[in-house]
Amino acid sequence: MPETIQLQVARYSPERDTAPSFQSFEVPCPNDWTVLDGLNHIKDKLDGSLAYRWSCRMGICGSCGMMVNGEPKLTCGTFLSAYVPGPVRVEPLVNFPVVRDLVVEVSDFMRKLRSVKPWLIRDDADAAATEEYRQTPAQLDAYRQYSMCINCLLCYAACPVYGLDPLFAGPAAIALAQRYNLDSRDQGAAQRMTVLSSHEAIWGCTFVGECTEVCPKHVDPAGAIQRYKLAAASEWFKHFLMPWGKSEGK
Amino acid sequence: MNASKPFTEFHPRWFRQRPSTYWWLWKWAYLRFVLRELSSLAVAWCVVLTLLQARALAAGAAPYADLQDWLRTPWVALLNAVCLSFLMFHSITWFQLAPRAMVVRLGGWRVPDALIIAGNFAAWFAASAAVAWLALGAGR
Repeated sequence: MPETIQLQVARYSPERDTAPSFQSFEVPCPNDWTVLDGLNHIKDKLDGSLAYRWSCRMGICGSCGMMVNGEPKLTCGTFLSAYVPGPVRVEPLVNFPVVRDLVVEVSDFMRKLRSVKPWLIRDDADAAATEEYRQTPAQLDAYRQYSMCINCLLCYAACPVYGLDPLFAGPAAIALAQRYNLDSRDQGAAQRMTVLSSHEAIWGCTFVGECTEVCPKHVDPAGAIQRYKLAAASEWFKHFLMPWGKSEGK
Repeated sequence: MNASKPFTEFHPRWFRQRPSTYWWLWKWAYLRFVLRELSSLAVAWCVVLTLLQARALAAGAAPYADLQDWLRTPWVALLNAVCLSFLMFHSITWFQLAPRAMVVRLGGWRVPDALIIAGNFAAWFAASAAVAWLALGAGR
């Protein structure tokens, strides 16, 4: 194992540059160092002006997603030793505007996330709760996989549809909507259906499937979208056959 | 965050890069996806071919024999071989993706993904065997 490895880090200063360029740094390469440790070393010892996001260092906060050698990765879970002898190229997540260095602008995702209403919706929301909403393990199991999403946005970086069509709602927003649709306590599926069944949501997805491959929490957004396509199609078919019937939305 | 403030969408100092026209050549997964989409052309060709066969069959023995001769020409045979490989690719990749879209429950038991894939393949082989029997065996 070499003592150091080269990190080629994308740099972009909005005040000075018209496009990002790369700057190389030699960083220590012990077995237990991640790419994020390498960036922290640069920030602490070599160049304090480097800008990037990070927080928990344990794959929970979803802040440190970047492109590592062209692949969307959580840098806190990506070990430098896997890239020996290097170099390791670190870039901001693709498909997002770059604010500075490795920091991307994510307001577009935040708007889309809110549009799918990722919270529990109840018909009796105004009534005072008198007891907890109990769930069986099977009911929990129905949505638990999708609740693991940490909004790290690696799936958006892996999705060519989002890159080509910025109006596309994207994998994580749809998977989180599905998380609530499948929750036995939720009654808001019909409200979400309006947003999710549009061309810019589930029907924009062409099932490339890379969102699922890069997901560090094994959420399977591609599966969520395909399942929702089935649900939306059957809902449309039911409405077509029985236009007088009440839409369930689930 | 206030959705009524769209001014941040076109911030002049952010760097934006449009995807390359050749984005689908970057990764095998992307290329595989594009090939799977292109395989729909092979499906369309098979539909056209079936319609041509049906029309020739309805027209009588001579037109059907002419069509058979045309199908035996090298370039048509090559085209059909390419289409067959695309159809195989299309079918196999779609069957492998099927469990992602379908969650099948029998009572409280969730049917494993491998079983859903195996069911698709079994149905495919059964349908192919039935067609082969009709085409090769039933008339003799």
